[in-house]
Amino acid sequence: MSESVGVKTLQIDGQEVSARSGQTILEVALENEIYIPTLCHLDGLSDVGACRLCVVEVKGNNKLFPACVTTVFEGMEVSTNTERLRKHRCNILELLFAERNHVCSVCVSNGHCELQTMAQNQGLTHVRLPYRNPELTVDASHERFTVDHNRCILCTRCVRVCAEVEGAHVWDVMGRGINSIVITDLHEDWGKSSCTRCGKCVQVCPTGALFDKAKIGSDHPKYPDFLPYLNQMREAQ
Amino acid sequence: MSKLKLATVWLDGCSGCHMSFLDMDERLLELAELVDVVYSPIVDAKDFPDSVDIALVEGAVASVDDEKKIKKIRAHSKMLIAIGDCAITGNVPAMRNPIGREAILDRAYFENATIQAQIPCVVVPELLKVVRPIHEFVKVDVYLPGCPPSADTFHTALTALITGEPLDIPALTRFGA
Repeated sequence: MSESVGVKTLQIDGQEVSARSGQTILEVALENEIYIPTLCHLDGLSDVGACRLCVVEVKGNNKLFPACVTTVFEGMEVSTNTERLRKHRCNILELLFAERNHVCSVCVSNGHCELQTMAQNQGLTHVRLPYRNPELTVDASHERFTVDHNRCILCTRCVRVCAEVEGAHVWDVMGRGINSIVITDLHEDWGKSSCTRCGKCVQVCPTGALFDKAKIGSDHPKYPDFLPYLNQMREAQ
Repeated sequence: MSKLKLATVWLDGCSGCHMSFLDMDERLLELAELVDVVYSPIVDAKDFPDSVDIALVEGAVASVDDEKKIKKIRAHSKMLIAIGDCAITGNVPAMRNPIGREAILDRAYFENATIQAQIPCVVVPELLKVVRPIHEFVKVDVYLPGCPPSADTFHTALTALITGEPLDIPALTRFGA
């Protein structure tokens, strides 16, 4: 196929696949039912490459590439599940667990948490790094929702859904590196912020960092699948 | 085949892992065919034996006593298995770490005391500054996460470890299970 029509042919894990020009490795992999683990990616939101779990190897290059923000090129040969990648993914997960206070046993998302499930899927049984145990706050000032910074992995799904889908841009990130936290408005209490109370941020949060107060003490499954449907409905209008 | 010597130890945890172990119910009789329980909170042995084949350790290392115990357990055990999230991650006992030992003791023994406000220092072991998982002190051979790991997890894992069959732990349990 010629490049002028914008079609690329490439290999993912030895499988011949075709893609449209500008598509990311992750999009093409998903279309071809090739699983690449991710935490910050969500269908319906822009990609930012925050969690780096989706790193893949591209033949001819020693660097690892985040599949969610790397576009395909003609003749590309991608490996998504090598020993090296599995090792890096475990390291990333261990860093996430060590960085904050993820106490799964007393979390509203226990059993429904994407971080917990990912750790299990990647074969993680313990964290080799020392836990940092930072002193972090819980903001329960909102009448309906709570943010527990102890459980946040800074995936920024809440920031993106609020800005891109709800259009309110209440959430943002403050600070740098290990000291980053998600904030509402200019670091106002969530309850005093310009929040529209839509709850989209809570539904897309992969962990128990954002939760519905009505679900405290019980299982708290999230339903992020509404996003693609919402976008489709809007486009159809 | 001679029976293996099994020890179970309770450090800083809630004993939920031991309760789950006992939840194996009649399967404990099958297990008793393969192992002798030589040390445990549920038997009467006072001192950790000199030679143990498998030691199951519940709970995090939170006091100077726990630290002494885990080092002794490691020195006298062929295989050390960390059972439950407290032993593996620190879990609930480690929730005091961000607050700090002094603040916790102050809250418990001064702020909430109506009489005899004092931090106990006789018989009760001194708390470590932070609660840590056991693998930060000694080498752990097998990790069995869960809060607590279920009786089925215990049964499958122990049977596999005793008989030398392959064991896929993430397929059985996870943190917080």
